[in-house]
Amino acid sequence: MKLKKWMAVSLAAAMTAGTLAGCGGGQTAETEAAKTEAARAEETKAEETEAAKAEAAGDGSVYYLNFKPEQADQWKAVAETYTEETGVPVTVVTAASGTYEQTLKSEMAKSEAPTLFQVNGPVGLASWKDYCYDLKDTAVYKDLSSDDFALIGDDGAVKGIAYVIETYGIIYNKAILNDYMAMDGAVVKSVDEINSFDKLKAVADDMQAKKDELGIVGAFASTGFDASSDWRFKTHLANLPLYYEYKADGISSTEAVKGTYLDNFKNIFDLYITDSVCEPALLSGKTGSDAAAEFALGEAVFYQNGTWAYGDIKDNDVADEDLGMLPIYIGAEGEENQGLCTGSENFWCVNSKAPEEDIQATLDFLQWVVESDEGKTALAQEMGFVTPFTTFTEEYLPANPLVAAADEYVKSGKTSVSWNFTTMPSEEWKNQLGSAMLEYAQGTGDWDAVKKAFVDNWAAEYQAAKN
Amino acid sequence: MDKAIKRYFPVFVLPTLLAFTMGFIAPFIVGVYLSFCKFTTINDAKFVGLVNYTKIFTDATFVHALWYTALFTIVSVILINFFAFVAALMLTRKVKGTNLFRTVFFMPNLIGGIILGYVWNLLLNGILLQFGKTLTYSSTYGFWGLVILMCWQQIGYMMIIYIAGIQSIPGDLMEAAKIDGANNWDILKNVTLPMVMPSITVCTFLTLTNGFKLYDQNLALTNGEPSNMSEMLALNITNTFYGRTGWEGVGQAKAVVFFILVAIIALTQNIITRRKEIQQ
Repeated sequence: MKLKKWMAVSLAAAMTAGTLAGCGGGQTAETEAAKTEAARAEETKAEETEAAKAEAAGDGSVYYLNFKPEQADQWKAVAETYTEETGVPVTVVTAASGTYEQTLKSEMAKSEAPTLFQVNGPVGLASWKDYCYDLKDTAVYKDLSSDDFALIGDDGAVKGIAYVIETYGIIYNKAILNDYMAMDGAVVKSVDEINSFDKLKAVADDMQAKKDELGIVGAFASTGFDASSDWRFKTHLANLPLYYEYKADGISSTEAVKGTYLDNFKNIFDLYITDSVCEPALLSGKTGSDAAAEFALGEAVFYQNGTWAYGDIKDNDVADEDLGMLPIYIGAEGEENQGLCTGSENFWCVNSKAPEEDIQATLDFLQWVVESDEGKTALAQEMGFVTPFTTFTEEYLPANPLVAAADEYVKSGKTSVSWNFTTMPSEEWKNQLGSAMLEYAQGTGDWDAVKKAFVDNWAAEYQAAKN
Repeated sequence: MDKAIKRYFPVFVLPTLLAFTMGFIAPFIVGVYLSFCKFTTINDAKFVGLVNYTKIFTDATFVHALWYTALFTIVSVILINFFAFVAALMLTRKVKGTNLFRTVFFMPNLIGGIILGYVWNLLLNGILLQFGKTLTYSSTYGFWGLVILMCWQQIGYMMIIYIAGIQSIPGDLMEAAKIDGANNWDILKNVTLPMVMPSITVCTFLTLTNGFKLYDQNLALTNGEPSNMSEMLALNITNTFYGRTGWEGVGQAKAVVFFILVAIIALTQNIITRRKEIQQ
């Protein structure tokens, strides 16, 4: 009997230990990691010759929730360098492509919330404005070249600061285009002649017709509607009709869009899906990497994407000097002077609900990133960002041929198309537009549904956001 | 013995109860409370009453997801149980290699839903490519793709439960039936089926609730495409919660409705099939 009793007790004890270990396991590991981190920090601090630096480090820490998966590794490296130099622990977590809002929402609810996160513009700011620290008196705001690159709240507080200026358009393969222009009966003889939608369409149609002679599969890379690719169209392409409408009406945002340029939108979208490497019925499954691969391997000549795509297409069949970018012409009046689409949808925000010392640590980190040589090199050269900060002088321009192409357009006096898609009412609006576009493309829906998703839904979503 | 149980009751129950409270009861209560709130993160919830619940049914995607899920559940419950039972019958007949077959049939169940969804996505897209279509071309493809996937994954598991049920039928019962002149069909109808009723209860319960709660496979296979038309309830709830700014509370309210729905269906099913069980 006694033996049984002992067995029962020891079993129960074992079970308890098991359960609690299950709960506590992660915690212990974490504290241990923190301890080694602290120990290492202590060491670095001791080694630090400048007392000032050790002081600045304080006892705060930085947690950056990064939006761009393309630069995940580079941010990790930056964080390590910074920790080595100052002893301040910097954690970088990168959300998987297309899941940033979701990750941010759950991370923000934790006790160790991100101290540095990002919003994608005024609409994104609306949901996070209560969490944004006023950056007015910070070094990073003072380094900003213009208020155009800051998100200013209704109360005049600086809620967010853009850290990268990006440009998109129709990336093209100069080598193949030159081959085409050397052919008899080519529609254009120089790329400069392509300065309107009609010319672009004529060239694309002709290239599509002669695809076998050119050794390509299609003129345009696939207009994929997988979640990794659909933003190129439901957001970036949809910016063009929006831009021309805003321009015609002389406004910079609206609660009720009219859809004046939707016919032009249809034209360019039709061009994309007709002169394409694949059948429209396959578009729903095509991913972002599919399109990048088609372009990088020389199967397609045109590929709508931006400066950030360089990392995906370099070191393949397309040489760097063969990369060019064309404006996305949609057949609007005065488009001969249209440039590429340039703007930002990446704004740094500092979590105002984080502990005081963490906020300070984050601000110091940001200052270091935009002011120190290491930070600037990482941002410009390694990540390839064009930044809106005055501290980034000439030598800090990234070695990215697409950025160079974008620069040329600005220098030749073309008007850049602004990123008005930051005023799109919600993610839901974009999703519905994307779905309608896909259904139209594969023939299971009609263009009216796209119009409805664009115009009616705009007002509905703005209304819903207010309630 | 009773006394011992009473005395040591806390020792045995407390750890599990503690874990259960932390992992289930507490989040559940917070979740129900949040369904009456407007919030961005769960720390800044503001009580708004029933607003979230009124919004649920104005959301067309939810209503669509509801009947899409119901349809899927009906189809998958029937198919999975039918094939699982047939497989169990065949593999209790002392065929050569029975053990190998049982193991192989059971194996898909060991693979996680996300991976399965991804693998089947590739497979089915590969087949559909021959016809110039993709899985996300229309929700019908997504529906049958999901049915195939779930059958493949779950038939083996349910088969094991049925095998256990069939093997526990006393041999003399079968023998008596045979002596009385019953043919195979009679035995199946009048002996085997009534005797495996407990297994049927368990299997229908599992497939029914699995069908309703299906998430990973749905996410990995079609992710609700096209136009949320192949979106099932659980995915719809997540998308509402995370995908729409300001709709977090509505997502939470949907989850509460979802819970009540699944609870009612599962309990009803349990009562109905239990009634058919017989005492041995």
